[in-house]
Amino acid sequence: MINITNLSKSFGKLSVLENLDLEIKEGGIFAILGPNGSGKTTLIKCLLGMVIPDKGTISINDKSILKKWDYRNELNYLPQIANFPANLSVNELIDMVKDLRPKTANETELIAHFGLEPFLKKKLGHLSGGTKQKVNIVLTFMFDSQLIILDEPTTGLDPVSLIHLKELIRREKEKGKTILITSHIMSFVDDTADEIVFLLDGKIYFKGSVSQLKERTKETNLENAIAKLITE
Amino acid sequence: MNIKISFFKCKSSVFNLIFFIFFIFIGTNTTVFSQSKTLEVCSSCEFKSIKKAVLSANDGDTVLIKKGIYKETSIEVNKAISIIGENNPIIDAEGKKENIFHCETENFSISNITFQNVGMSYVKEFAAIFIYKSKKFVVKNNDFNSVFYSFIIQDSSDGEILNNMVVGTMEDETKAGNGIHIWKAKRMHIEGNTVKNMRDGIYLEYVQHSTITKNKSIGNIRYGLHFMFSHDNVYDYNEFTGNGAGVAVMYSKRVEMYHNNFHHNWGTASYGLLLKEINDSKIEENTFQDNTTGINLDGCNRISYKKNNFIGNGWAVKFIGACYENSFEQNNFLSNAFDLSYSSKLNDNSFNGNHWSEYTGYDLDHNGVGDVPYRPVKLFSYIVNKSPDALVLLRSLFVDVLNFSEKVSPVFTPDKLIDDKPIIKRIHIND
Amino acid sequence: MLKILKYSIYDLLRSRWSYVYFLFYLLLGFVLLFLNNDVNKAVITLMNVIIVLTPLIGTIFGIMYFYNSKEFTELLLAQPIKRSNIFMGQYVGISLSLTLSLVLGLGIPFIVYGLFRSAAIFDFTLLLVVASFLNFIFVALAYNIALSTENKIKGFGYAILMWLFLAVVYDGLFLISLIAFNDYPLGKFSLIATMFNPIDLSRILILLKLDFSALLGYTGAVFKEFFGTAFGMVMSMLVLSLWVILPVLNINRKLRKKDF
Repeated sequence: MINITNLSKSFGKLSVLENLDLEIKEGGIFAILGPNGSGKTTLIKCLLGMVIPDKGTISINDKSILKKWDYRNELNYLPQIANFPANLSVNELIDMVKDLRPKTANETELIAHFGLEPFLKKKLGHLSGGTKQKVNIVLTFMFDSQLIILDEPTTGLDPVSLIHLKELIRREKEKGKTILITSHIMSFVDDTADEIVFLLDGKIYFKGSVSQLKERTKETNLENAIAKLITE
Repeated sequence: MNIKISFFKCKSSVFNLIFFIFFIFIGTNTTVFSQSKTLEVCSSCEFKSIKKAVLSANDGDTVLIKKGIYKETSIEVNKAISIIGENNPIIDAEGKKENIFHCETENFSISNITFQNVGMSYVKEFAAIFIYKSKKFVVKNNDFNSVFYSFIIQDSSDGEILNNMVVGTMEDETKAGNGIHIWKAKRMHIEGNTVKNMRDGIYLEYVQHSTITKNKSIGNIRYGLHFMFSHDNVYDYNEFTGNGAGVAVMYSKRVEMYHNNFHHNWGTASYGLLLKEINDSKIEENTFQDNTTGINLDGCNRISYKKNNFIGNGWAVKFIGACYENSFEQNNFLSNAFDLSYSSKLNDNSFNGNHWSEYTGYDLDHNGVGDVPYRPVKLFSYIVNKSPDALVLLRSLFVDVLNFSEKVSPVFTPDKLIDDKPIIKRIHIND
Repeated sequence: MLKILKYSIYDLLRSRWSYVYFLFYLLLGFVLLFLNNDVNKAVITLMNVIIVLTPLIGTIFGIMYFYNSKEFTELLLAQPIKRSNIFMGQYVGISLSLTLSLVLGLGIPFIVYGLFRSAAIFDFTLLLVVASFLNFIFVALAYNIALSTENKIKGFGYAILMWLFLAVVYDGLFLISLIAFNDYPLGKFSLIATMFNPIDLSRILILLKLDFSALLGYTGAVFKEFFGTAFGMVMSMLVLSLWVILPVLNINRKLRKKDF
């Protein structure tokens, strides 16, 4: 599905990604983990075309995506900080994103799923962080795309919504989607992820399933396993 | 005089005219009433030409020109007669380089006639009415169209030029003549005339003790009013609008100008009023509006400027060269790009109790006089004096900043050049 | 791009600031006209306000909008839309909504006052055209600064400095060189120096339209000879357009390399 070779990116003197190679197969949930500044977000942004890599290639379904934009139609992205134009209402924002993408959307079900109906006519500026994140999630999942990228999806969510989110992710996985997730919440990763890509200093330090990681570090708890991986 | 004027208004009546002549004769007392007669000129009259009628007339007679077009020039008037037009007769010079009337006498009058097409010459001036060494004459209610000069008056005195209308052809300066051109005269009275599109509207040289009043001088190529070496004259209630170079007055003393309007004299070398070496004069209750320069002073001394309006001029008042003891009082300076341009020392010129629209001070005791003195010369005006090209920065924010900083702490502008008693409200002036 | 433009305008038209700006001009227009009672004078005063304020507001709006809508921009960047379309849409959106505030804000009082019966309509129209150009120019310049400066405070500072330079400092340097080279004919120099600053160019265009060339003496003659002709007018409009086009091209150039 995704093929990244020799990817490098530095911001000024700071090298963030160094000759990174990564292959992600179609279907399944991939958690991209790593300490702060390890290059997770940069990697995702390279995939999205928001960050222009210094060198290397990225292709999705064997097509290079560098300097392209239309491939994003087959990609749903949940940004880290949900900050929308304060003057728009929820409804207007949803309509707008629908208008901007050629795909058809099924937002009604998602809105019900997260109980957003009472907020539809409210201005985004007046919403709480958690509600905004729910809107963010609706915007991401309302399109049917093969690739879904979630950057810190759990931010600000209450436990009930978190359960709703997990359920949503599982459903998408069952449809055979490829889902990339970054998160600091290890229990969430433990619950959802099939495979872990662990980044350290701009390189892939570990790639494999959760159980493989636990096996390698001889830890039963994912959080501890990760910690051990870093200190190793 | 009043009786005479009331008769002018009924000019169509022959009856009244006879009475009018009667009064003239009584007044001038040059001839015997019973001897005067009226000589009529028209195509079917005894006299077919004006020249012949004038030739046959004696002192005290009236030549009555009836309706028609008379193609005549060089009509010599050398006796005390009245030449009067009836129903607007036209005298057409057909472009000939000659005067139409050449007058050289006393006690004559010319009225109610239209003059046209006096030829232009580069060599000699020709006028519709040329008056030479004459006294006590009245020229009134005539129209002049496309004439080289309408009036040339030389070496004369006690003449009246009243209510004439002069319209030129607006050719270039070298080809055009002046409207009312007077050289060496005394006690002239010029009133109610309109001069348009000539070279100079009213030109006076060596003219003294005269009154110029209620005239309109509009759109002339050079000056609306132009005088030199003309002392002791009074100019009031005149209007000078849209003349190429405005009004220029030079080398004269004891000039009095009241209630005149100097409007829209706008151009690179235009002035509302250009004063050059004028001394001991009064300029009061005039309005200077939308002129490139309202008043330009060059070597002028002891002039009182009082209750004038300076509105929307490029420069309201511009001092050039040495000027001494000019005093500005109770004038209104409103929305001029520059109120004052000043290059020399203060030289005892004073500004006191004027109203300045740019004044930003306050009046805590509410006596109508600002508590902070006003500095009419801005730094930018000072800079522009030194390097005129800087004017391209007019109305730039930088210039505002510059002026403001200078206002706060004056460094460059003369510190004695201030109005100590700026008036808060616009001063009422009778136009 | 049109969709982004639509939403940017929609967003801006619902922002309080657009209305504040609109009301400001509305009030200014009414106050000027009904205190002055003279359309010509109002146009002059308006010019004074416009050549200073329009660039300043354009700069501030441009830079603020860029930084404030950063997250939203990122949302858009993840959508299947071309990068340049997103930013061009936003850019045109801000410029257009500012222009709309200005044209309506000033236009309404002038129409109410009876502009169409006044000879000042051409001067007024030129004023609006020039002000619109200034909006587009300074929003573009602000975007250039925003795109090269990650730090919001720094970006804001640079933008204000840029405005200060073009509105004030430039003229200071201009004046110093005029005084320094006083002995030389400076008509051509002034003309060129004017072209290099959109604020100066706008100011001169309006001043000449209001026939201030009579005050400007020799330089005025050079200016009048240039700007008075159709060629000069076309040239100055062209230069103003260049002042829009070049920064916009630079925005697009920067966008190709920009990371978000």
